Amino acid sequence: MQLTLWTYEGPPHVGAMRVATSMEGVHYVLHAPQGDTYADLLFTMIERRSARPPVTYTTFQARDLGGDTANLVVTAVQEAYARFKPRALLVGESCTAELIQDQAGALAMGMQLPIPVVPLELPSYSKKENWGASETFYHLTRTLIGATARPRPERAGRRPRVNLLGATALGFRCRDDVREVRELLRTIGVDVHVVAPLDATPEALATLTDADANVVLYGEIAYTTAAWLQRVHQMPMIRTVPIGVGATRDFLTEVGTALGVDVRAALESPAARLPWYSRSVDSTYLTGKRVFVFGDATHAIAAARIARDELGFEVVGLGTYSREMAREVREAAQQYGLEALICDDYLAVEEAITKAAPELVLGTQMERHIAKRLHIPCAVISGPFHVQDVPARYSPQMGWEGANVIFDAWVHPLMMGLEEHLITMFSEDFEFGEAGSHLGARGGSPSTPTTAGTTVVLEAPASVATVTLAADPALPAWTPEGEKELKKIPFFVRKKARANTERFAAERGISRIDVTTLYEAKAHYGK
Amino acid sequence: MTGTALPVMNAATGCVEAPVLRERGQREVFCGLTGIVWLHRKMQDAFFLVVGSRTCAHLIQSAAGVMIFAEPRFATAILGDRDLAGMADCNEELDRVVRELLARRPDITTLFLVGSCPSEVIKLDLGRAAERLGGEYAGRVRILNYSGSGIETTFTQGEDACLKALVPVLPEAPATQESVLVCGTLADVVEDQFGRIFAELGIPVQFFPPRRATQLPAIGAGTRLLLAQPFLNETARALQSRGATLLSAPYPLGVEGTTAWLRAAAEAFGIAPERFASAIAAPAQRARTAVARYRPTLEGKRLFFFPDSQLEIPLARFLARELGVELLEVGTPYLDRALVAAELPLVPATQLAEGQDVEKQLDRCLAARPDLTICGLGLANPLEAEGLRTKWSIELVFSPIHGFDQAGDLAELFARPLQRIARLKV
Repeated sequence: MQLTLWTYEGPPHVGAMRVATSMEGVHYVLHAPQGDTYADLLFTMIERRSARPPVTYTTFQARDLGGDTANLVVTAVQEAYARFKPRALLVGESCTAELIQDQAGALAMGMQLPIPVVPLELPSYSKKENWGASETFYHLTRTLIGATARPRPERAGRRPRVNLLGATALGFRCRDDVREVRELLRTIGVDVHVVAPLDATPEALATLTDADANVVLYGEIAYTTAAWLQRVHQMPMIRTVPIGVGATRDFLTEVGTALGVDVRAALESPAARLPWYSRSVDSTYLTGKRVFVFGDATHAIAAARIARDELGFEVVGLGTYSREMAREVREAAQQYGLEALICDDYLAVEEAITKAAPELVLGTQMERHIAKRLHIPCAVISGPFHVQDVPARYSPQMGWEGANVIFDAWVHPLMMGLEEHLITMFSEDFEFGEAGSHLGARGGSPSTPTTAGTTVVLEAPASVATVTLAADPALPAWTPEGEKELKKIPFFVRKKARANTERFAAERGISRIDVTTLYEAKAHYGK
Repeated sequence: MTGTALPVMNAATGCVEAPVLRERGQREVFCGLTGIVWLHRKMQDAFFLVVGSRTCAHLIQSAAGVMIFAEPRFATAILGDRDLAGMADCNEELDRVVRELLARRPDITTLFLVGSCPSEVIKLDLGRAAERLGGEYAGRVRILNYSGSGIETTFTQGEDACLKALVPVLPEAPATQESVLVCGTLADVVEDQFGRIFAELGIPVQFFPPRRATQLPAIGAGTRLLLAQPFLNETARALQSRGATLLSAPYPLGVEGTTAWLRAAAEAFGIAPERFASAIAAPAQRARTAVARYRPTLEGKRLFFFPDSQLEIPLARFLARELGVELLEVGTPYLDRALVAAELPLVPATQLAEGQDVEKQLDRCLAARPDLTICGLGLANPLEAEGLRTKWSIELVFSPIHGFDQAGDLAELFARPLQRIARLKV
């Protein structure tokens, strides 16, 4: 039993819904009680989809439980087949149906429908949404292609072609990423054969093996399928995710190597504005900004690399809720001298962010909550996301344009250079207050962790929440003068200054922090 | 429109005898857990701990729009494989989670353990858990339980189950103490308005649920129960078994409903008709003016209600009688005739539908092509894409819509989609 305030991922059957909703000609019959239809609104509201997800729910109730809930499955399959005429059918169970063990998938298999039927067994009490999407995509692909190895397609006399795998409904910026990667590949003379699951048909999925290689755009969704295609059908797999300028170059190189294409001319592009924007003098103020990165593994790994190598930030935290890709994130974190936070506990992430005291949080909708509470700027880099993060304009994350979009999106919440200087110089200006910037009005007192064992009250607009910090009697105390001087440091770096000073004093056995200790610590740490 | 007499209906007509289409099939409605989204804001010292699956947690945060930046006063104790396989004792695990939670939130005085589909199916006894933990936290935290499971409750029935769980702990009022108990979550501002009107009528009033779970209303033989929401069947029954008398009235939606609702209380307390008339004259007149503004937009428009909150019948009555809409179909998850006894005679004859087979209902809706369809969030954008105008029904339980001073706002909620489409040139 796990205490959860917010959850990063839904249950695995929501992952299956994402695959079904992505595709055309696929329907999903879900054995589920009343209420589980809430999942429809994720698609129709967050993503503003104009059609209902292709899902039929059996809607069993308490009074059905002693009776024939299995018959509800059969009826729902019959009616869904007659009404929607799908060309492939997924059949599965939500968490409650899993407990009553009607074997919905097996029942549907026994109905002899003239279309492929894929029974899904997605354990709701141990697995989550992205895993469910990955398994669904894998089983659907296996069913439609078959396990018999086919001859590799003839390469002579045509351009090389690849499949783009992993884009789904409710995936972060998937639609725009696919367009961007398609364009990127066009510049090196590589065609896109099938994009899946997004906008794919069962018929198209059956021809995946006609491509020369598979590009895994989102490992959380597509790795299992691509690995199977590599193992059974000898299809090379391209795993570099082209998010960021460096990763885009690496991606092109990997595609070139896999397909025998010369990509050298494509490695620099006038469309890539991030490198110049980052070099331009205005960006100097970005130098060494402390960022905390948390999201799905694909986006978190990419974001950390961009943050350090392309914007000149300092990565002070890196983590993911994608347990299936924990190894990749751990390896990435080592490059930044960090221990990865592998965790789906919102409260633990909040604690880690509080402790790291970053100047910018790159995360999901959940980290937006956390950052708002801690009064730290935040940009969303990964699902789960809000309707606000599904922009009307073209906003990919991948490729050259994706890097441009990322530069804008991450810099936007930060304070601009001269504004920061003015606030630093004249911090006592009453109009600056603690809210003297476009970072927004502050609901109350800042979340300043004070010394030993204090309870800090954060006043959020609608309620009061408390964060209790671990009592640490080892920490030195502040003199009133020291405390007063600390307040002259702008609020957005004050927390870090306080922590540094306390550490500096503790290491030197200084029990009372005065103005001198504060400035000695500043000189010691350099910023 | 100001001052126009409302059509008088014979009590035997309206929708009392109307045939009801009863359907079962796929239901596009929330389960009772969703009520936590407003209940946890209403009672500021209460916390709701759902004992369920990841689906439950996902449902509540999705219904809440994940836009509450304040730390929520609800959480889910997510059951895992170990709990189900018996490798972990569910009761011990639950105790551990509750202790963790209460240590984190010392401001909580009432904790609801909320049952879900999975906890019901595995027969986890939350009643006993509440007793056990209640003993441990005696004097500090009151621990209660109810079920918001989808196999037993629809959307607003969750509030009914929650309030019913509070009834046994309401203090006893002396039999001689006469007062009105307004039952059902109302926006704070609406509660204050009603409080002023009752004060002017000289009627003592209490509200249930209260703003703080420690300030529970007292109940006894002198309690006159006035339901503010049409979905509190079980709570009403429990309150009656504790001596309260139920006043039958239409619900306080629109001028007519609010007037009749207040009058039921006034009559029960023997308030002189002149005093009643003078107490409501000004707000009722304001409300008539406010509602009249939207009548040109809505008059003659054809409306179709999908089932959602059980508010459908009182809303249909308001829209038909005060705004002149034509009702094509009024769907409701449950038709509880006792709770809408004063409403049905007032609703012009129309197709009532109880339960749902969403595909068939969509067929009927698309064939009828109503001017405005009231439906849930899962259906709204798809219907808009079919060229229909829609009103999200969930907004009707998340907005202040009751009482005189909200009557215009309520009308506006229905007029807005029509006015919006008239503005758009894209």
